[in-house]
Amino acid sequence: MDMTKAEIMLDDSCFERLDDSEKNTEFIAMESKTYLRDAWDCFKKNRLALGGLMFLLFMILMAVLVPIVSPYTYDAQNLDMRNAAPSMKHLLGTDKLGRDILVRLMFGARISLMVGFVAAFLNLIIGVVYGGISGYIGGKTDMIMMRVIDCIYSIPSMLYVILIMMVFGSNIGSVLLGICVSSWIGMARQVRTQVQTLKQQEFALAAFVLGASHFRILFKHLILNCMGPIIVSTTLMVPEAIFTESFLAFIGIGISLPQASWGTLASEARSVIQSYPLQIVWPVLAICLTVLSLNFIGDGVGEALDPKNR
Amino acid sequence: MAEHENKTAVATTASQGQEPPMISVEHVKTYFDVTKGLFSPKQIVKAVDDVSFIIGEKETYGLVGESGCGKSTLGRTMVQIHPVTGGRILYRGKDVDKLRGAERKKFTREVQMIFQDPYASLNPRMTVGEIIKEPMEIHKMYDSAKEREERAAELLKMVGLKPDHIRRYPHEFSGGQRQRISIARTLSLNPCFIVCDEPISALDVSIQAQIINLLKEIQDELGISYLFVAHDLSMVEYISDRIGVMYLGHLVEEGTADEVYGSPLHPYTKALLSAIPVPDPDAAEKRKRIHLAGELPTPINPPPGCPFKGRCPIATEECGKARPELKDYNGHKAACIHI
Repeated sequence: MDMTKAEIMLDDSCFERLDDSEKNTEFIAMESKTYLRDAWDCFKKNRLALGGLMFLLFMILMAVLVPIVSPYTYDAQNLDMRNAAPSMKHLLGTDKLGRDILVRLMFGARISLMVGFVAAFLNLIIGVVYGGISGYIGGKTDMIMMRVIDCIYSIPSMLYVILIMMVFGSNIGSVLLGICVSSWIGMARQVRTQVQTLKQQEFALAAFVLGASHFRILFKHLILNCMGPIIVSTTLMVPEAIFTESFLAFIGIGISLPQASWGTLASEARSVIQSYPLQIVWPVLAICLTVLSLNFIGDGVGEALDPKNR
Repeated sequence: MAEHENKTAVATTASQGQEPPMISVEHVKTYFDVTKGLFSPKQIVKAVDDVSFIIGEKETYGLVGESGCGKSTLGRTMVQIHPVTGGRILYRGKDVDKLRGAERKKFTREVQMIFQDPYASLNPRMTVGEIIKEPMEIHKMYDSAKEREERAAELLKMVGLKPDHIRRYPHEFSGGQRQRISIARTLSLNPCFIVCDEPISALDVSIQAQIINLLKEIQDELGISYLFVAHDLSMVEYISDRIGVMYLGHLVEEGTADEVYGSPLHPYTKALLSAIPVPDPDAAEKRKRIHLAGELPTPINPPPGCPFKGRCPIATEECGKARPELKDYNGHKAACIHI
């Protein structure tokens, strides 16, 4: 009952007017960050992905520097130093023709990484444009474009590679072409599905009503909004291409000797595996670690770009 | 209320005089083919079936009806999101379906739309500034990026947001704020006519009133006409000069807000109005509510006759024979044979 008494005591003098700066209703507490900045902050928290990125950068740096700095070249033979064990002179030893394994491994890294990144980049461009157009136009065009994809997909990719090698010779370009002929299909299908759902969204309709061109709607509004999954599958395509190239080189299709990729190094080391097993460990380790770190990076990027993780 | 009559008078003289009305919808049909599979019988949804009305300068035309009656489809057809199946839509005397090149560009600048869902109608990857500046970039308005930036800040202020919100992303805003952003985007083109497709139905009640008042202020200031699509009847009465009632793709009644709300002619309108909640419980108890039995029939291959006959309390055998035409009763139109 003391409460009521207290209430009666209140009059205007008890209150004080606040100035306008106090009633800030439109205040947003969250720090303003750009999309990429936000994604990078999230990516940094993922230890595995960050480790993967470090390793990859280290590998790229080595691939660029080692063949330049080293006194040996990738094809210089030294028959006095055949199958040498690792020493200060040859950090990873030499192969059966006395060539320095470290230099060959890093020369191989150039080729393998280049194949990986270029293939992924080409897949990205072709897949996004093809899938985007197919999904955006829809109807009969979409049906025809998808049947074309089905036709390409129905032939085993190994067959393409072998045929292309026969026509264009065994060089790195043919390997790239062979890998790219069919691997963009997954990307195209993914982008098509995304675009199909996004084009019904009101922001796409709004852009249309505002008079935006189809090109602008497709690339600025739709593709921009499926960038997350696109970047993830591009990242994951790099190890896939490296793998395919290594596999092809291992079975003897691919770049010609004395050039080396990780696959050819493994293939060469196979012949001396009984007496010098260490030689095969290096290229296999390089492939494993690189592919593993790229996969970690892919997962990390996927997580960082997913807005649900904010 | 005098304001309403005044505006309607302007609209009627405009339609009778030499000047063509701003928007004239003539027997518009929007059908969708929903046939599944190659060999199944053809199935057509008649979302909008033979609807005609005109909208004058600075007029707000309210379009009401229950979910699925085709009011949103009609709104979207007017900005060419859906193609017109039959009939035509004239904007200042020109068939909008036949506009090409520069004329089409002009149409997209002058006729705009505000969408229902403020969470879906803003591109989540663009900042508020980019969203508001985009239409100006598309239509090459203003010479420099700086001028566009200034205009965007000005528009934000006009819709009651702060200019420093320009670098924020849409997900950082509430529903009402987002709807304001989308209104600012629309206004950046200085449109003459805006289709408001249920702009308030995704917002909570206190915010609804703010947005409605904002739309009214903008209309007074800039002299814009609206097509206001909604299912909230009291809001429509508040904002509209004239009102059209739709049922199953057909316009069943049309008149000024006073006519439709004061003396509804069509039994469907009567039932709709009796469902508006009344704040006074005593009055609510005394009021007679008309309960409609059954569901809205599907618009796929509807039977002949009055579309409302299945649920109408006063339907007779006569109603099944032919679809009643919209008849004029001193400017107040209704489509029912029992009036």
